[in-house]
Amino acid sequence: MADYKELVLTTSGVNPLKCMRCGKCSGTCPSYDAMEYHPHQFVYMVEKGEIEKLMASKSIYTCLSCFACVERCPRDVEPAKLVEAVRLAVIRQQGQNHLKSEQIPDLIDDDLPQQAIVSAFRKYSK
Amino acid sequence: MRRIGVFVCHCGTNIAATVDVKTVAETLGKEPAVVFSTDYPYMCSEAGQNIIKDAIKEHKLEGVVVCSCSPRMHEATFRKTVAAAGLNPYMLEVANIREQCSWIHKDIAEATAKAIVLGRAAIAKVQLNAPLTAGESPVTKRALVIGGGIAGIQTALDIAEAGYPVDIVEKEPTIGGKMTQIDKTFPTLDCSSCILTPKMVECAQNENITIYSYSEVEEVTGFVGNFSVKIRRKARYVDEDKCTGCGACTEKCPVKNVPDAYNLGLSNRHAAYIPFAQAIPNVAVLDAEHCIKLTKGKCGLCSKVCSAGAIDYEQKETIVEQQYGAIVAATGYNPINIDGYDEFAYSQSKDVLTSLEFERILKADGPTEGHLQRLSDGKQPKTIVFVQCVGSRESGSTHGCGKEYCSKICCMYTAKHAILCREKYPDTDVYVFYIDVRTPGKNYDEFYRRAVEQYGVHYIKGMVGKVAPQADSTLDVQASDLIANEQLHVKADMVVLAAAIEADKTARPLATMLTASMDTNDFFTEAHAKLRPVESPTAGVFLSGVCQGPKDIPETVAQAGAAASKVIGLLAKDKLTGNPCVAHSNELKCNGCSSCANVCPYGAITYEEKDFSRRRDGSMIRRVTSVNEAVCQGCGACTVACPSGAMDLKGFATSQIMAEVDAICK
Repeated sequence: MADYKELVLTTSGVNPLKCMRCGKCSGTCPSYDAMEYHPHQFVYMVEKGEIEKLMASKSIYTCLSCFACVERCPRDVEPAKLVEAVRLAVIRQQGQNHLKSEQIPDLIDDDLPQQAIVSAFRKYSK
Repeated sequence: MRRIGVFVCHCGTNIAATVDVKTVAETLGKEPAVVFSTDYPYMCSEAGQNIIKDAIKEHKLEGVVVCSCSPRMHEATFRKTVAAAGLNPYMLEVANIREQCSWIHKDIAEATAKAIVLGRAAIAKVQLNAPLTAGESPVTKRALVIGGGIAGIQTALDIAEAGYPVDIVEKEPTIGGKMTQIDKTFPTLDCSSCILTPKMVECAQNENITIYSYSEVEEVTGFVGNFSVKIRRKARYVDEDKCTGCGACTEKCPVKNVPDAYNLGLSNRHAAYIPFAQAIPNVAVLDAEHCIKLTKGKCGLCSKVCSAGAIDYEQKETIVEQQYGAIVAATGYNPINIDGYDEFAYSQSKDVLTSLEFERILKADGPTEGHLQRLSDGKQPKTIVFVQCVGSRESGSTHGCGKEYCSKICCMYTAKHAILCREKYPDTDVYVFYIDVRTPGKNYDEFYRRAVEQYGVHYIKGMVGKVAPQADSTLDVQASDLIANEQLHVKADMVVLAAAIEADKTARPLATMLTASMDTNDFFTEAHAKLRPVESPTAGVFLSGVCQGPKDIPETVAQAGAAASKVIGLLAKDKLTGNPCVAHSNELKCNGCSSCANVCPYGAITYEEKDFSRRRDGSMIRRVTSVNEAVCQGCGACTVACPSGAMDLKGFATSQIMAEVDAICK
C-alpha cells in the first residue's frame, strides 16, 4: 500500500533511491542469518513499496538495531532507520504494544545487560 | 542613431522549440534603430554567416546583434563574420537566447517575451559600442610542465620533439611518478618499467628538455605567452653535475631506518638514497630530516666514500627564474588515506594492503623482491580477497574521506592483480568483491572476462562488510553475495583494498598560483568538458593526466599528447592577439587611492606621477593609475572598486551596462 511507503519514508527520513546496491549493509550485518529479509532487501522492498510484507516479517524484531549498516553504508542510506520505521508502523497499531513499562521491573536480571531492556522497550512498545 | 541588424538563430530546435523565433525577429525589427531583422535555422553555418555579411553590405549596417547561443560558444565566430564584411569585430553583440532562455524555460509565450527583452538589451548596448583594436604581445617559445609522471613526461617529449625547449618540474628526486611503482600494465601485461624507463632516459637526453627534479613551483606571474615562473630547487646536498650515481654513499650511510616512499613505507632506506635503480636523474639525495651530519653535525661518512666529491653539506636551496609561453599542469594523483575504514582492519593487520602496496609486493624491486608473500610472516598467501570501491562512489560523510566519483582504474588493475596471482601461483584462491565491474575501453572487458573464465577468479557481486584478524593469523572476511542472497565468510590470508584515488595535494595551491579553476574534488576544470578537454579556462594553461580527472595510462598518454599539441600550436605563433576589452582609467577622475590596484588579481595596475600643470593654475603633479593592457584580463573588479568612477572596462562600460538594464526594465 502506497500510504505505508509514504509513512515509512516520512518517519525514517530515509531516501532509498540513494542506494547503489553494493550490499555492504548485508555484508556487515551481525544478525544476517536470523533475518528473513536482509538489510539490502529491506531497502529495495521499501523502494518498491512492499511494506506490508516487511510488516508481517519477524525480521523487524531480529534486527539488533546495532546500526552497523548505518555506520558503514557508503551512500548514507541508513537501512536500520527503515527497519525501525517499519517496526513503528506495526507497533503503533492498536493492540500491538507488546511491552508495557510496568512489566520492566520483573525483567531486570543481573545477567541481562540493561541496554537489552532499553532496546527491547524501544522495539516492542509504542 | 546607428543602423542595426538583428539576426535570430533557431539553433535547429534548441531555440525554436521554445522561443517563437519569427515573432522575436519581427518584434525586434520594429525597434527604432533596427533597419534589418531576420531569422535562420543555423546562423553559425556558412549560409547563416553569409546572410549576416550580405545584410551588412546591403543595408550599410553599423552594428550587429545575433540572438543565439552563449557568447562563450560563438561570439568569436560572429566577430570574424562581421569583420569579414568590413565592420569592426567589436561592433557585434550576442543575445544569449539559448542557455539563458530556451533551455531553461518551458512556456513558449514567456520564453519568447524574454528573448525579445534580451534582444532589446543587446540592441541598446551595441548603440554604445566603440570599435576596439586588439593589441599584440610576443610569445616566449618555451614551455613548463609541472609534474614528471608519465603525463608530464609524454607532454614534454612531444613538445621537445616539435623543437621547443621545455622544462619539467618534479617535486620528487626523480621523474617517473606512479608508473615507476607499478609492476605490470593492463590489458597487455607489459612490464611498466620496461615501457616507462626508455621515456625517462629520452627526457634526460633530449637537448630541448631540462629536468628540475626535487623542485617546486614557487610563484607564477604574467599571462599567456609571457609567464614568469620562480622554481624552488630544494637542497639535495649532492652536486647534480658531479654525482655519478654510483651508490657508494647510499651503501655506507649508517642511517638505515627511514621509511622508503618508493615502497610506500613497506621497507626502509638509508638517509642518503637514490629512489630506485632507474632514477632520472641518477643522483643521490641526502634526506635532511634523517641525515646525522645535517641534524647533529657529526658523521660525514658519505662525503668520505664519494670519489666524485659530490657531497655538499653546505648546499642551499636556490630559486630559478624562467620565462614561459605555456604551462602544463601534470600533477597526478595519490591513493586516499584509508585509515578511517576500521571495518577493513587496514591499520590492524600487515596483511591488509592497498592496491598500490600490493603492486609493490608483486614488483621485482619491491620489499619482497616480487615474491607473493605476507608481510606479517613471509608466508605465501593461499587465499586473497580483493575489495573494490574502497572510498570511491561514497556520499562522503560516512567515513569523512570517501569520494563521490568512480576512481575508474580499480576494476582493471584488480583484474590484472587477480590474473597475475593465478598465473604465477595457480594454487591461490582469488576472490574479488565488486559492486559493478566497469571495463569500458579497448580490450578491457575481454581482459576481465579472461580473469573469470580462463584464470578462475571468483568474482562475487557484493561488498565486504568486515575484515577481522583471527588468532590463527588469518583474516575473516565477512561479505555479502547479492546474487546468492547470502552472507559469506572467507578465511583469507591477505586482503587487498582498491583505495580511491585523489588529486595530488600540490594541485590546489598550484591552481591558485595559475589562477586556474578546479572542481570540488580538486581536479582541474577544463575550458569545455567536451570540446576543449586539455585546456584550462585560464589562457596558456593546459592539463595533462589525472590532475584533470581519474584516468588510466593509455588515456593519460593520449591526453598528454593532446596537451602538447595545444602547447605547440601556441608556441608556433610569434605574436598573440590580446583581448581589447580591458580596463582603462579616466585620469581626470582618478584620485590615486589604490583601490583598483588592491583588488586586481593579475597585478595589471600600477601608478605614475603625472604632470597636470596648466599655465593658469600653476604646477600640479598627481598620482594616477595606469593599466598594463597586456596583463589585464578584463575581469572588471577594478571598475567596481573605484570610488570615483574613473575605472571603466572597454566593451563593457558602465554606460553600456546601464543601457542594457534600462532596455530590460523598459
